[in-house]
Amino acid sequence: MTYKMIVLAKQVPDTRNVGKDAMKADGTVNRAALPAIFNPEDLCALEQALRIKDQFPNSTITLLTMGPGRAADVLREGLYRGADKGILLTDRAFAGADTLATSYALAQAIKKIGGFDLIIGGRQAIDGDTAQVGPQVAEKLGIPQLTYTESIESIGEHSVTVKRQIDGGVEIAKVEFPALLTVTAAQQCRPRNAKFLMKYKRALTPGESAAQGKEPYPMDNPLFLAEWSVADVGADIVQCGLSGSPTKVKKVENIIFQAKESRRIEDNNQEIEELVVELLNNHTIG
Amino acid sequence: MKNLFVYLEIEDNKVAEVSQELLTKGRSLANELGCQLEAVAIGYKLSNIAHEVIPYGVDILHLFDDEKLTPYTTMPHASILVNLFKEEQPQICLMGATIIGRDLGPRVSSALTSGLTADCTSLIIGDYEDKRNKKTFKDLLYQIRPAFGGNIVATIVNPENRPQMATVREGVMKKAILDEDYKGEVKEHIAEDYFTDNDLAVEILCRQVEKAANNLKAAPIVVAGGYGVGSKENFELIEELAHCINAEVGASRAAVDAGFIEHDRQIGQTGITVRPKLYIACGISGQIQHLAGMQESSIVITINNDPEAPINAIADYVITGTIESVVPKMISFYKQNSK
Ligand SMILES: Cc1cc2nc3c(=O)[nH]c(=O)nc-3n(C[C@H](O)[C@H](O)[C@H](O)COP(=O)(O)OP(=O)(O)OC[C@H]3O[C@@H](n4cnc5c(N)ncnc54)[C@H](O)[C@@H]3O)c2cc1C
Repeated sequence: MTYKMIVLAKQVPDTRNVGKDAMKADGTVNRAALPAIFNPEDLCALEQALRIKDQFPNSTITLLTMGPGRAADVLREGLYRGADKGILLTDRAFAGADTLATSYALAQAIKKIGGFDLIIGGRQAIDGDTAQVGPQVAEKLGIPQLTYTESIESIGEHSVTVKRQIDGGVEIAKVEFPALLTVTAAQQCRPRNAKFLMKYKRALTPGESAAQGKEPYPMDNPLFLAEWSVADVGADIVQCGLSGSPTKVKKVENIIFQAKESRRIEDNNQEIEELVVELLNNHTIG
Repeated sequence: MKNLFVYLEIEDNKVAEVSQELLTKGRSLANELGCQLEAVAIGYKLSNIAHEVIPYGVDILHLFDDEKLTPYTTMPHASILVNLFKEEQPQICLMGATIIGRDLGPRVSSALTSGLTADCTSLIIGDYEDKRNKKTFKDLLYQIRPAFGGNIVATIVNPENRPQMATVREGVMKKAILDEDYKGEVKEHIAEDYFTDNDLAVEILCRQVEKAANNLKAAPIVVAGGYGVGSKENFELIEELAHCINAEVGASRAAVDAGFIEHDRQIGQTGITVRPKLYIACGISGQIQHLAGMQESSIVITINNDPEAPINAIADYVITGTIESVVPKMISFYKQNSK
């Protein structure tokens, strides 16, 4: 048996370790200074796909990411770990997308890929923590979803059985293909494979090739990373990016951190009251 | 039309805490908006639900009672909400930021192309000016949530699309019965008219739910006590602070071993891992095994009489002083300054 799988991946700023050098003088986060990484739970999604491929070696894994040009890094990272193919969905018109506009664009790209059995993504991304894109993509494609998957228990000709987290416990659920899974961090991704690293480190999108003054790779070259625009996936531009996003950000307040360079507070009424009031004002408590 | 809806999560024929909290919040928002509060119960054998929820001030309870609707799977519940919302045109829909709410909410929002904001910590009614298009929107739902790993707090609005959808975690809002004799209407729908057999694509083969004795894992705020709290009696101070700021109580292993508190509240390598937005460590030295269970907390406050306690290295705020002196001050200043 072989399976055709699509893994959804996002490049995210590493919000877990906001160190001193990532703080601006005013105590807010300098996002540009945070390293851009492969969203951790998306790596776990890749691992689940790789386990299926271990068992059924002729299966294929296509990695799909939406983002700016530099998001091609996550595609290469995925190839180093065993994915077969990478597609970068990139276009100015995708910018400013909320989860709904993102899922619309991804669903369009998935329709273009076509003929898949399973779509696997991380439960959520560490920059937004919304867990929305997976279910929204499933809805747009009209296929069932199993979110919060911890492990794949078994895979049959037409269906997959997973163990998933539920509120206060776990359940075993079975679904027929095509279906979408989102996975938790229960199983970490395997490391890069040295052989794949040698093989794919020169993989480039046509845009990257052009920027380096090179001829783009032909499409059948394993080093070719596809690059799709709004037009390539036949997307309605109004439903993309900012204009396709029903949610608007009204206001953003920075939580002022002294990045683990702690603030000292003495045990007196004035200092403790100031702290409590500050925590109330920035919605940390109350 | 234009009412505020709350999706009720039901396990073992009981309405989840988070749904009760949302009914309370929903009631007060509905009063402010001058609209009705409606609740939706989807499951099987729901005859007791009306009695449970109407006292929260529910004006209309929608019941979808069908054997096929339990245990929860995504698609039939989503189809029911989508079809009901197409008929009822709610202005707001609230759900728990539980696994069910975070599974169902996005599916519904996608089908209705309405905006959804996850894990809100505060919901307020207010106006919004769209400067670019020179339009003002009255009485929107401000959906306030931490973002970017807890480094910012964002206020999100959905100006055009309806319903405005938001999820909220358990324990963030307070629940309160409005009136035991509140008069609400119950609408029993024919569930089968709202979903199709195609929606029954997922088969649940087995399910294990254990009632957690506490909500420590998901709590947005944790107040944890260590050996330095000193005694079981002093630990009551920790509990009082936690109660007052709506937090869960945690502990270090040394505090558990000393018998200050039960074992199921131990945080760390051999206990529970927590990732609250605020962690207040009281009389905890900060050994690596403890840190393993709480170092991903967004904000850490330590209270310790030793200014060099190792835990201070990962703290955002270090209060140097004894539990006996600092904790009562925090409690009283909280009470004075919160409304
Ligand atoms: C295999 C293994 C697994 C472990 N797993 C865990 C685990 O899961 N969780 C865990 O917590 N520990 C665990 N431990 C134990 C851990 O190593 C520490 O012993 C323990 O965390 C210490 O608890 P403590 O900080 O409360 O106590 P202590 O280390 O005794 O610290 C007490 C602190 O209180 C301060 N203090 C004293 N009096 C006052 C006062 N009046 N007011 C304010 N501050 C005061 C002191 O300055 C000190 O910093 C494990 C250990 C091992 C070997």
